[in-house]
Amino acid sequence: MSVAIIDYGSGNLHSAAKAFERAARGMEVPEKVIVTRDPETVYRADRIVLPGVGAFADCRKGLDALDGMVDAMTEAVRNKARPFLGICVGMQLMATRGKEHVTTEGLNWIEGDVVKITPREENFKIPHMGWNTLDMVREHPVLERLPLGPKGRHAYFVHSYHLNAVNEADVLASADYGGAVTAIVGRDTMIGTQFHPEKSQRFGLALISNFLKWKP
Amino acid sequence: MFKMRVIPCLDVKDGRVVKGINFVDLRDAGDPVEAAVAYDAAGADELCFLDINATHENRGTMMDVVRRTAEACFMPLTVGGGVRTIDDIKALLRAGADKVSINSAAVANREFVKQAAEKFGEQCIVVAIDAKRVKRGGGGERWEIFTHGGRNSTGIDAVEFAQEVVSLGAGEILLTSMDRDGTRSGFDIPLTQAVADSINVPVIASGGVGNLDHLVEGIKSGHATAVLAASIFHFGEFTIREAKDHMVRAGLPMRLDP
Repeated sequence: MSVAIIDYGSGNLHSAAKAFERAARGMEVPEKVIVTRDPETVYRADRIVLPGVGAFADCRKGLDALDGMVDAMTEAVRNKARPFLGICVGMQLMATRGKEHVTTEGLNWIEGDVVKITPREENFKIPHMGWNTLDMVREHPVLERLPLGPKGRHAYFVHSYHLNAVNEADVLASADYGGAVTAIVGRDTMIGTQFHPEKSQRFGLALISNFLKWKP
Repeated sequence: MFKMRVIPCLDVKDGRVVKGINFVDLRDAGDPVEAAVAYDAAGADELCFLDINATHENRGTMMDVVRRTAEACFMPLTVGGGVRTIDDIKALLRAGADKVSINSAAVANREFVKQAAEKFGEQCIVVAIDAKRVKRGGGGERWEIFTHGGRNSTGIDAVEFAQEVVSLGAGEILLTSMDRDGTRSGFDIPLTQAVADSINVPVIASGGVGNLDHLVEGIKSGHATAVLAASIFHFGEFTIREAKDHMVRAGLPMRLDP
């Protein structure tokens, strides 16, 4: 079994790879973690991870710069039903459009726009930067046995924009930051987290383990 | 619920922690990676590495520290010290840093903050401000930006500078009072509050922590959303957990995950 982490020049690839390696080591059937820029490798992988740190438009440009990558991902996820995890901007790229500074086309896997978060009160600073609990909206195998809710564990967020999903059914969890912020989206064989599981200590590693075990 | 953050900061020189870390049994008290692992286990909310003699020649040493930290710790890491170019930021982020802190390069060239935020996103650009009280003509006071460890005055007003770098894309301000740094007499609360209330990005209060009440004051009175401290943690006076328990008793929302 293999999990391909797409290297498209965006941010914290090294941390993401190390967290997946750590989680994979604890599996009954160890998964091979491959960091790759090669569309063919992504197409053949059993699981696909799109990490992401940075601005939406810049990340989209980076992804498009890898010839054939978007097609390979789309084919693998949409037609071959490979499990997919998008992280932070990698999750936002699943949306129809990004509206960070400029309007940029997303992958359009989850219908909706990526828009600036707008807390009700002004004492909520932007970016939403730090640890927050998650409120489960819909059960999902990747969230199994994770302590969620106001008394649950925390996930680490660093973002100013979030995915405003058109279909409520696509939202699996939210975080409260002066209003609901989309924390996890998912449909079919894909899931995306606005927070950084690779930076969320034990909670994050547990979520990554669940993703590696997930057989949709 | 969103939580306030406690951030231990490690001064790193030539790949070694300055003065060492004494709160747990470490094989090597001077190894930043071992210290990072210990703080990760202790429940720190983020870690901050400050490369205090960053030069072009020793850049690789810090990269190695960041890389090894990211292999062992799955928590947020900010790295600062000598960050001057887009390539510096790219290399630190790729090595495993989540945020980079820009100090004198932001003072020298504000455009750099803008370029960095456009390239990497506002969320990973921290501007570190070192401020000191100065007497104005007429008896008033204000805070000015100092560089080079507090030796060089720039004449720039700290509050105005904070507003300016935020408008250019800084996603967070790491605010250090040069008057309080090392004094253990608490944060400069009026400074922290003046900056925090004038901008809409998170402020990390820094400089002067000597006891746990100081951490509470930084958030309650200073309106910071994160507090940074070094010696009270490094020398084992207080654990991260003791600090957070104290802050919870004072009514602050803190993360107490095991």
